[in-house]
Amino acid sequence: MNARKRRRIAFVASLLLGGAAAAVLVISALQDNVLYFYSPSDVYTKKVSAGTAFRIGGLVQKHSVKHDSGMKMQFVVTDGARTVPVEYSGDVPSLFREGQGVVAIGRLNEGGLFQADQVLAKHDEKYMPPEVVDALKRSGEWQKGQ
Amino acid sequence: MSDFVTQGGFAAYVWPAYGISAFALAVLGLWIVSDYRKAKAKLAALAELERPTP
Amino acid sequence: MPSLFEFANPKKFMDLSGSLLPWLVAAAALTLGAGLLLGFTTPPDYQQGDTVRIMFVHVPAAWVAMMAYGVMTVASIFGLVNRHPLADIAARAAAPIGAVFTALGLITGSLWGRPMWGAWWVWDGRLTSFLLLLLIYLAYIALNDAIENETRAARASAVFAIVGAVNLPIIEFSVQWWTTLHQGESILRKGGPTIAPVFLWPLFLMALGYTFLFFVFWTIRIRSEILNRRSRTLLEMRAG
Repeated sequence: MNARKRRRIAFVASLLLGGAAAAVLVISALQDNVLYFYSPSDVYTKKVSAGTAFRIGGLVQKHSVKHDSGMKMQFVVTDGARTVPVEYSGDVPSLFREGQGVVAIGRLNEGGLFQADQVLAKHDEKYMPPEVVDALKRSGEWQKGQ
Repeated sequence: MSDFVTQGGFAAYVWPAYGISAFALAVLGLWIVSDYRKAKAKLAALAELERPTP
Repeated sequence: MPSLFEFANPKKFMDLSGSLLPWLVAAAALTLGAGLLLGFTTPPDYQQGDTVRIMFVHVPAAWVAMMAYGVMTVASIFGLVNRHPLADIAARAAAPIGAVFTALGLITGSLWGRPMWGAWWVWDGRLTSFLLLLLIYLAYIALNDAIENETRAARASAVFAIVGAVNLPIIEFSVQWWTTLHQGESILRKGGPTIAPVFLWPLFLMALGYTFLFFVFWTIRIRSEILNRRSRTLLEMRAG
């Protein structure tokens, strides 16, 4: 390998390193902004102040969904450690159900209730036909209560 | 057959996803092939000019 | 001993690719046909119903979009280090194809997100970094077209492509590094895929078919550019 080629390889390596370094800098400068949502635990540790718009994500706690009159509803978002109560009025996506992932967009009020303007469903990375789910449930291998 | 058409009520999302994919790939393919034909014809025409006339 | 660079000879490339192309086309048609057949005969997903079928065009498009960029980056590195014109041609030829597959990944994802998540688009780490991939492709194409001199255009766009490659691991790991609305990795994960075999097979066949299709398109574009350069050489000879 001649000196010229070695120099070119060093140039390519410096491009790759430079790109990576720039990306690390930008991403660390953005910090929390790269997170799409906070978990209920994040809400406690970061002490998000009332009125600040953010997104909260976690699982819809079982037996927590309550429908008031009309479109109004309440449910609790949990990450296993902490919970945040959510109030919402409007249509929910078809995947919204207890025990399922959810992301709510809105803000906390003074009383610690999260008032959502929009509710999105977050699904997990499992894909299977209903028969397989039935079989798993019969054999007791199904951990997630439905 | 009707299950196939309705896609369990999600026809409005499933069929456009397939339709747009098929359309875009077909247009891309046709564009690439027609480009190739043009390039081939151009080179053939130029090579014809290069041939020494008897 | 024949080396890889023997095929980098444009004449050899034309011969080899010419005989390979019909087989590539057949492989693409076969795998796509089988993938579609299986894809439309699977049962619906237990959660997502029939929208799971969008996965069979969404994931392959996203996969090829990233693979095409990887291919472009490797060709750009060869172009810069070895100064071989065929590497320059190969890098440039991959860009518009990659851009179309990227756009398809975004569009099919949007059509999947609306019924399942409840939104056409969200600015989470995965979706945003994937949109950035499309912008990088478009900027690459614009840069390559903007510079008149062939060699200088190839050098400048190779530098751009290599720096832009940093976005590939960001896309891949975005769902692990940050909280996103997009779900996590289903296929390349510890403990094996979390996709049932009835869905995995059509997905695999469609991904294979899309990959073959990319190589068909890419090969033809490289061939066109080789022919165009021959024409240009002939014209220059006449002028000179």
